[in-house]
Amino acid sequence: MQDFLEFRTISKGYPGVQALSNVSFSVKKGAVHGLMGENGAGKSTLIRVLSGDQSADTGEILIDGKEQHYRSVRDAFHAGVIVIHQELQLVPELTVAENLWLGRFPGKAGVIDRQQLIGVVSKKLVEIGIDVDPSVKVASLSIGERQMVEIAKAVMLDARVIALDEPTSSLSSRESEILFALIDRLRANGTVILYVSHRLDEIFRLCDSLTVLRDGKLAAHHPDISKVTRDQIISEMVGREIANIWGWRERALGQERLRVEGISGPKLRQPLSFSVRRGEILGFFGLIGAGRSEMARLVYGADARSSGTVSVDGTLIQADSPPHSIRSGIVLCPEDRKFDGIVQGRSIEENMTISSRRHFSPFGIINPKKEGALADKFIAKLRVRTPSRRQDIINLSGGNQQKVILGRWLSEEGVKVLVIDEPTRGIDVGAKSEIYEILYELAAEGMAIVVISSELPEVMGIADRIMVMCEGRVAADIPRADFDERRILAAALPDVQNANTPSHAQAR
Amino acid sequence: MTSLKKLLLGEQGLVVIFALAFLVVSLTVPNFLTERNMLGLLQSVVTIGIVACTMMFCLASRDFDLSVGSTVAFSGMVAVMASNATGSILLGLVAALICGGLVGTVNGVVIARFRINALITTLATMQIVRGLALIASDGRAVGINDPSFYQLALSRFLGIPTPIWVMALFFVAFGFLLNRTVFGKNTLAIGGNPEASRLAGVDVARMRIWIFALQGLVCAVAGVLLASRITSGQPNAATGLELSVISACVLGGVSLAGGRAAMTGVIIGVLIMGIAENVMNLLNIQAFYQYVVRGLILLLAVLLDNLRSSAAGRRA
Repeated sequence: MQDFLEFRTISKGYPGVQALSNVSFSVKKGAVHGLMGENGAGKSTLIRVLSGDQSADTGEILIDGKEQHYRSVRDAFHAGVIVIHQELQLVPELTVAENLWLGRFPGKAGVIDRQQLIGVVSKKLVEIGIDVDPSVKVASLSIGERQMVEIAKAVMLDARVIALDEPTSSLSSRESEILFALIDRLRANGTVILYVSHRLDEIFRLCDSLTVLRDGKLAAHHPDISKVTRDQIISEMVGREIANIWGWRERALGQERLRVEGISGPKLRQPLSFSVRRGEILGFFGLIGAGRSEMARLVYGADARSSGTVSVDGTLIQADSPPHSIRSGIVLCPEDRKFDGIVQGRSIEENMTISSRRHFSPFGIINPKKEGALADKFIAKLRVRTPSRRQDIINLSGGNQQKVILGRWLSEEGVKVLVIDEPTRGIDVGAKSEIYEILYELAAEGMAIVVISSELPEVMGIADRIMVMCEGRVAADIPRADFDERRILAAALPDVQNANTPSHAQAR
Repeated sequence: MTSLKKLLLGEQGLVVIFALAFLVVSLTVPNFLTERNMLGLLQSVVTIGIVACTMMFCLASRDFDLSVGSTVAFSGMVAVMASNATGSILLGLVAALICGGLVGTVNGVVIARFRINALITTLATMQIVRGLALIASDGRAVGINDPSFYQLALSRFLGIPTPIWVMALFFVAFGFLLNRTVFGKNTLAIGGNPEASRLAGVDVARMRIWIFALQGLVCAVAGVLLASRITSGQPNAATGLELSVISACVLGGVSLAGGRAAMTGVIIGVLIMGIAENVMNLLNIQAFYQYVVRGLILLLAVLLDNLRSSAAGRRA
């Protein structure tokens, strides 16, 4: 088969960063092509150039041998290229059919032909095997179903190239399987799929060929994915061998530090209790919706508790609100960094000292010297990669943003309990190890750490003990010596029948 | 072209635009660059300038306040009526500050604690407070009994009228508050991402109430100075002030999406508004046209804001 999509010496620079330099590779017709690389490797920029959202400084894109000179998303669209972003572009208050027709409703004189509206869509949905009612509002669909609708929209527009950017990041494993089946069908129809993902499992499950980017350059191009191994891809991504990214080691555990007694809230009905010792890393594992993040938010006081108590070093914490928790030594690194963690548009320094600045601000007047010194100290200590503390935090990669959030709490000094929800979501392999290392150091200093993760290998890799949650209750409490993938997964699955699912059926 | 664009949309773009406009106007409009006209110009922007200080905080924290014009009129009214009734100007001033602060606090509590949209809340209080001013005065202007009340606006220090000093003081104080205090930084953080700020330990609700309360107090100060200048409490004073103030802030680079504000920008925004009006008066342009020009300036300001944030987005 011939090459259908070709990138030829694409370069793209932003002030201060060369996001892409001389990237060339091609994809055959009817192939699912993986695009991998650490965050900041240039994947998103390449996708943006492909989508017409941004134009390359040099180089061109060829589709079916023809050079493309599109200058907008609309041009790309007409060339048959559609990019499906992580943030879906559907109108929630319109029905599935209306969304699929959006911008070119069928009908006469502005009156919509409802029969055609629904009819054509249902035919199309059946054709590509998407089981969604075209007459329901998109708002009532699950994220997975919305993703399907988004793909259906691309198919309706006769897309010849569909790029998917981390499509499974918020899907359950069942939804992911449905998506994969759909991708298989599209491949059979000759559509070229560019598949961006961090997950090696998915890349091997789906892709025919693979490109790895690193620092804006082509690190490797594999026309046949069956000839590469996981370890090879990882080392291509990071440019070095990573022997053991977890690096867990034995630590001395002290007395009980955090005690949670029967907490519950509107979203966590059944009372929950647990305790964590000094120096201990307690992992919480469970499927999406098992109540882990809800538990974390209740412990921290981000949401109001309906019952229960939290105590640190034997002292009861009187009220449940973030300021109280911080003053008592409990802090939270939230699950969703973008929405709950970073303050976009403000500097690294301000993001880091947002809470701790009260310590060096008599009468509320900030001492800029102390603030700068504190920020610089934690930038150095946590190895945040940035030219200056005055950079807007939005310019940092996910891993560095997470370090800034950690710095926010470490600069508080008296932190006793760190609750960290999805510590490495969307963070590249290299930065992951660094964050684990930070957690070990903090634990060694006597902090009690609660890690919540949807990635089973991660929890198993770094925790001293795992509590498995299932449907809002604790299903198992397993010490490190007894860690067993199947056992943990079995406890996390609500239906005992499902306990024998193969190990690739991950948490989400 | 690109360097011009960079200059206009960058950090100092506003200063450049302002300097150019000032230069052009000075050279072309007769009587513009005279001491008398300059002082007149500054005096004409005192109300907008003072209120813009706190409006800047309001917008920077992603909020909105439409009730400022009404609050200015109402508190000016209260100042006049209370000092007439008690014979003490000081008591009048205190009463005005209490009333202004109260209106602001009510706004803040309704918005932050009951989680009502700020636009709707202040649209409501804007009408309620205007109504109170009309009721209190029976719809008529209330004259000032004690002539020394006039001195608030008429007195001069080093040849410059007191209200201009007050405005300058406010600019300095609120510039400091924004850039150098926990309050200011927290305001910007809330505007940048309210939920992240709350989880980082900022008491968002309390901050918002404080910002609105401060806004009310500052409106009261502006109201007193205005009443003193127009020598009476006017229930219909300062209509449309909210729009001028918001225009000035946006013109000054305060983002309507929150999280971005600078005092120098707001000062320049206020001065641009003042110069536009002043020039139109000097050129004897009919008042009716001035509405159109003011509207156009606002549009231009929002357009600039948009261009600026997309330029910032591209840089990121």
